[in-house]
Amino acid sequence: MNVQYLLNLLMSGLTKGSIYALIALGYTMVYGIIKLINFAHGEIYMIGAFTALIFASLLHYMGVNMILILVISMAFAVVFASGYGIIMEKIAYKPLRDAPRLSALISAIGMSLFLQNYVLIIQTERFLPFPRLIPDFPFLAPIQSFISSRQIVILAVTLVVMVFLSILIKFTKIGKAMRATSQDKTMSLLVGINVNKVVSVTFLIGSATAAIGGVLIATYMGQINYKIGFLAGIKAFVAAVLGGIGSIPGAVLGSFILGLTESLGTGYISSDYEDVFAFLFLILILTFRPSGILGKPETQKV
Amino acid sequence: MKKILFVCSLVLLVSVFFVGCQKDTGVIKIGVAGPHTGDLASYGIPTVKAAELVVADWNANGGVLGKKIELVVEDDVCDPKVAPDVATKLIGEGVVGIVGHICSGATEAALGIYLDSSIPVISPSATNPPLTKSGAYPNFFRTIAPDDAQAILEVDFVLNTLGKTRIAVLHDKQSYGKGLAEFAKSFIEQSSNGEVVLFEGIQADAVDYSAVINKVENAGADAIIYGGYHPEASKLVSQIKEKGINIAFISDDGVKDDTFIEVAGSAAEGVYASGPNDTTQDPIAVKARENHVAKYSEEPGAFFYNAYAATQALLTAIANAESTDYEAITSALTSNYVDTTLGSISFDENGDAIGVGFSMFQVQNGVYVEIK
Repeated sequence: MNVQYLLNLLMSGLTKGSIYALIALGYTMVYGIIKLINFAHGEIYMIGAFTALIFASLLHYMGVNMILILVISMAFAVVFASGYGIIMEKIAYKPLRDAPRLSALISAIGMSLFLQNYVLIIQTERFLPFPRLIPDFPFLAPIQSFISSRQIVILAVTLVVMVFLSILIKFTKIGKAMRATSQDKTMSLLVGINVNKVVSVTFLIGSATAAIGGVLIATYMGQINYKIGFLAGIKAFVAAVLGGIGSIPGAVLGSFILGLTESLGTGYISSDYEDVFAFLFLILILTFRPSGILGKPETQKV
Repeated sequence: MKKILFVCSLVLLVSVFFVGCQKDTGVIKIGVAGPHTGDLASYGIPTVKAAELVVADWNANGGVLGKKIELVVEDDVCDPKVAPDVATKLIGEGVVGIVGHICSGATEAALGIYLDSSIPVISPSATNPPLTKSGAYPNFFRTIAPDDAQAILEVDFVLNTLGKTRIAVLHDKQSYGKGLAEFAKSFIEQSSNGEVVLFEGIQADAVDYSAVINKVENAGADAIIYGGYHPEASKLVSQIKEKGINIAFISDDGVKDDTFIEVAGSAAEGVYASGPNDTTQDPIAVKARENHVAKYSEEPGAFFYNAYAATQALLTAIANAESTDYEAITSALTSNYVDTTLGSISFDENGDAIGVGFSMFQVQNGVYVEIK
């Protein structure tokens, strides 16, 4: 038993998990409020990364320092991605809010294809290099082979975002409104909650976390193109379902489990079957807990 | 695009028609077969153009064996079901040799029919290794390196030039990358001075490869041979560099692409990749390109230089053999070197071109440099 190897695998599992988690958080929030699986969420993540690349190149050209570039380009990415998120909701989902859930789902898939092709046409089909915006921290040099500065930042940001969202939903006024909307839309309207605003805010927050994820993951991978949202989105969706879709800590837990399963499966069996392990695990968990690990069982209304 | 294709096929159709009308026996007929319509037409049409240019050149100098050369062009749409009919039709036209077919599947389907009628076939593009190596088709030659040529070169380079012994072979689970990786694996296993310590497929488009990199490190590999394309390769080399592992990375012509260097940046430095020999600066290739641009006002397409070389090799063999007899042509093909757009080439006993193949390149200061 090689302990060093096991630790390395655990570390890459955690990194992978937190990458999935940054995307899964937005999935799970939107689902929690309006019961819509927003398949275009991965594309918002991709748009966030593209926006950051554009501003980062611009700022780099102007000679701004690295940390400042990261902060400013991430801010722009968040603003743009949130804008796309809110407009997407208004165009593609709001008119369908009272339609059967399947219609909204189809609309989400359409939105996903549209956004991919939109970026393909206005930007490029090529792979673009993404700058290393997170510098190497000197204190990590001795354990560089174990954990890099980019891995640490991704892990830390994931946990911060999770805590922030949990607090927002539990303790703030808008969080209370979100919980109410999620439980009963009509009743929320009757007690004076602006449901449209709540849904918009949900998309804003979901898109913002996706954009943060987009920037951090792109700087970790060092490349982006218009398709990066697809597979990442699917994996994040699986993670959200695994953890219990609708639950914030569930999304993070599900992502970590998925990341660790893939990483340990790769390490001890074979990476040929990486996805097979992930989905086997999903099936196994859903067999015993159909609403996910931390999901609340759906009660039948009488 | 559709329109161009339509016009092209119309031109081809008309030319075939004219050919059909001439009942002159004082010509030597050469068949050209490949996809000239459909999805893969762009692979086949440059071959027709190449053959036309070569034949025009030869005819201007008196043809071959004192007769004019005539092309018979037939469309197989790269379909193994259509190719045998095309072959039968070309044989009926009385061709003495074939330039084509283009796709490996269609080529294999047609080869048996040509063999029965003793017609030599030179393909500019069919790369499937067994076509030559199985020995089933002594009438088959090609002016392109087979698929396993890169793997042979990579393995030889890693084991004998770099002196590495413990090799991790990775691939992207897609047909090109996996095929190459499997060839590399079997060549390493056949060699006496190296072993495959890891053979793994990685998930294309995945967000992170650190687990598989850990595995490579844990297996104690001192070199990685990767079969696949540049997006995954650049992620792999970036993450290897990030982990501070010092390991040789050798890949194929899917990675020998400037986008790889652009995306991987400093992590690309020192990476080895095999790629086709660059002969486009060869005087014959330069002249062929100029003729093509002059006649068609566009740059040559896929396999143009290979097809040009194939036609040159076939006509030269007929000239050297001083006959259109099958035995004479094939022995001329294997015994003489011909100066072509691909350099000076001949054919080995299997029918693979000698002198056509791949070289190793290394990224040095942001550009691929050929390693002599």
